[in-house]
Amino acid sequence: MAMSANEIEALIRVAVPDARVTIEDLAGDGDHYAATVVSESFRGKSRVQQHQIVYAALRGRVGGDLHALALQTSAPEPGAPA
Amino acid sequence: MTNPVFERIQSDITENPVFLYMKGNAMFPQCGFSARVVQILTHLGVPFKTANVLEDAELREGIKQFSNWPTVPQLYIKGEFIGGCDIVTEMFQSGELASTLAEKGIPHEASA
Repeated sequence: MAMSANEIEALIRVAVPDARVTIEDLAGDGDHYAATVVSESFRGKSRVQQHQIVYAALRGRVGGDLHALALQTSAPEPGAPA
Repeated sequence: MTNPVFERIQSDITENPVFLYMKGNAMFPQCGFSARVVQILTHLGVPFKTANVLEDAELREGIKQFSNWPTVPQLYIKGEFIGGCDIVTEMFQSGELASTLAEKGIPHEASA
């Protein structure tokens, strides 16, 4: 069961409305993605907490429908465009 | 702590300073993400123990609930959940993993 990049992005945005989301389909099979999620709401949270927020947004799909989602999360760099 | 697997996980991560839940074992990882974490730990010269979730369905489900983390591998250092492959890789590249090990008093080779 694959998921589209748009679907992933939409689910993340529901939970993290200000997120800047970049998704790359690594294998072109709708099953292996790399996502970068940048949100002000991540500031002050550990990487584990940031990833947990994204995993929760994807409602149990990671590890199931989505075999691989390489994830990088961060708060925006000071001075970077929002 | 109702799930009996949780007790086992708790004792694994308490008794072993560096513990990795993975697919396969350190000699024969059965997943690229697990292999990468093994490679990083080996590169840093860190002694670590592993558990193979593919051999134990209860552990495979249990560890996901225990850590509130949907995927394997999962790395624990001194009982603290460090993260999965992405976080471990990022921390290794930034040198943060070596400093975490040093802070926690775990012997390892100085990273290059």
